[in-house]
Amino acid sequence: METTHKIRVLIAKPGLDGHDKGAKIVALALRDAGMEVIYSGLHQTLEQIVQTATQEAVDIIGLSIMSGAHLPICKRLITMMKKQGLDDIRLTVGGVIPYQDIPGLKEMGVAAVFPGGTSFEDIITGMNNLFE
Amino acid sequence: MGVAKYTKDERGAIKEVTYQSGIRVKPVYGPEDLKKAGFTYEQDLGAPGEYPFTRSIHPQSYRSRAWTTRQYTGFGTPEETNERFKLMIANGQNGLNVAFDLPTQMGYDSDHPLAEGEVGRVGMAIDSLKDFETAFAGIPLDKIGSGLTINAVATIMMAMYQAAAEKFGYSKDQISTTPQNDILKEMIGRGAWIFPVEHGVRLVGDSIEYAVKELPKSNPVSICGYHIRESGATPAQEIAYAFEIAKAYIDNVTARGIKPEDFVGRFSFNFNVYGNLWEQIAKFRAARKLWAKMLKTEYGVTNKKTLFLRGLFGGGGSGLTKEQPENNIMRGAYYALGAALSGAQTTALCSFDEAYTIPTPRSALLSLRTLEMLMDEVGLRDTVDPLAGSYFIETLTLEMEEKIVEEMKEVQKWGGMTKSISEGFIQRKVSRQAYEYEKGLQSGEYRKVGVVPTSESGDSPDQETEKTAVELHEYNQEWAEKSKANLKELRRTRDNKAVTKSLKDLETAARGSDNVMPHLVNCCHAYATVGEMAGVFRDVFGEWNEPDFY
Repeated sequence: METTHKIRVLIAKPGLDGHDKGAKIVALALRDAGMEVIYSGLHQTLEQIVQTATQEAVDIIGLSIMSGAHLPICKRLITMMKKQGLDDIRLTVGGVIPYQDIPGLKEMGVAAVFPGGTSFEDIITGMNNLFE
Repeated sequence: MGVAKYTKDERGAIKEVTYQSGIRVKPVYGPEDLKKAGFTYEQDLGAPGEYPFTRSIHPQSYRSRAWTTRQYTGFGTPEETNERFKLMIANGQNGLNVAFDLPTQMGYDSDHPLAEGEVGRVGMAIDSLKDFETAFAGIPLDKIGSGLTINAVATIMMAMYQAAAEKFGYSKDQISTTPQNDILKEMIGRGAWIFPVEHGVRLVGDSIEYAVKELPKSNPVSICGYHIRESGATPAQEIAYAFEIAKAYIDNVTARGIKPEDFVGRFSFNFNVYGNLWEQIAKFRAARKLWAKMLKTEYGVTNKKTLFLRGLFGGGGSGLTKEQPENNIMRGAYYALGAALSGAQTTALCSFDEAYTIPTPRSALLSLRTLEMLMDEVGLRDTVDPLAGSYFIETLTLEMEEKIVEEMKEVQKWGGMTKSISEGFIQRKVSRQAYEYEKGLQSGEYRKVGVVPTSESGDSPDQETEKTAVELHEYNQEWAEKSKANLKELRRTRDNKAVTKSLKDLETAARGSDNVMPHLVNCCHAYATVGEMAGVFRDVFGEWNEPDFY
């Protein structure tokens, strides 16, 4: 994809976890970096996230997951995105993600993983690089 | 450097220090500072155990009793949580601090679609009274108090705790529980809210009213500056917002014709100990004083014990780092020292591995031992409020008091806490600050040791450290299967007519203005599930729509 338009990102909090500081500050950082950022709000089902992503025509979904459930959540979301032909949306995930889980996430189709502690700069570069 | 702002000259000498609450610190303090601030011993300190309680709420503090340690515990099935409870008690812990999984916190049963992958993950899974009977089996509920970390459905868990105790043969006046039950802070940070603001506050009010009348040893609400601080509030805002939240609850209960004098003594607080050591100590000393002052002047409280600011001051998770996790062991020890120097009555520490995982028994025990060392080895029990009279600490305490009052006034200007949260004023302010702070950390303006590696060069060593230092807590899919099977069995064997009737009564109470608590206790005894009870509330109250945070 050519980035003739601003990158549109949906920062989403799937599931029941309500720790949203990370999601919110990353949303602010991406916005300051010139991206268009939509924030899902809390307690979203994966169906709601896919619907918002479609409606808002986003380029990237950035999931924020703190509960440890990143593997099953990403797996289900990717299956749903494939089913609905949303293969062009890049899925990224951040939060409490042990390093040992990163290869597994990439293998299932997550485009980039930003574990807690990743700098804003690395997240912004990482997201921009998805379109090079 | 640190969580405060430091300006240095070209040779590295510190020129200016500004704390997060906005207080500038001088290089040297002397008697003239106290004089300038108008400090007097009688008015600003008083003897420990005497108004305004700046020094301590008890005359002898740790001399008479060491602090209570309450590590946050609970995961998997009620059976496993019960084992861990017993282990912590056998190791000397004297209060429980119960963690619930997210479906329970959000009022869903283990077989709800939204519970998938979450059952038993971050706390224990509770569906019905059966699970409480298992989790608390063999725990002397007349001797061990339990903090229940639950908010949106705190009324349900309080009722369940009473029902379980009654099953075990204890009477409701013997048990002591402290449900967190602070829904307004969930709306600022932590996010486990369900119902709209006004209904959330009504439920808190119901539980306070019920505790006043029926549960003489329980503390129905624990107001949490802790999570507000974790979400990006300054230490002064942490206290200010907690106090404004307390006022919202007080107003709800006094509107029922109950005098503040009769219930505010049951409020407890949960505050955060992370950040600059001195700022923390001054914060707690100022908070004790302000709370007493506020209750006395604004609410006409006269009973001495009712003026006490009681609470858990615990090490904050935000202070810990993912990088070099073993450093967090030392960080925890310094936070614990801060808590002890502040006269914390009850305390807990985040374990060093929490940036990665749910603490293992080994890391939870390490936290407990850290807390014990302060009391039993290094002398924190020797004398009350050892820093009193320090030119610096006393000046800083007065300045903190001023800052807290300033922040409270801003909330009042916005129309009080309920309105400030409904409209998103607080959330926006706190998120923006969290963002600015994080930028400061990343640019090196603030410093966390080991985060911007100074001695290592090149690749981050974290991945290796994770492998050697941290043992990951494994999620067990069998927990969910087991909970679901139990639930199925329960629905088949319980008296479903009694369940339906109890839920119907609950609904009538929820729609009207009757206190929901006695009805919830009936539902629990009938083995109605958490999802069923919360479902009644969802139907009657609806769910909250978060305001935009931009």
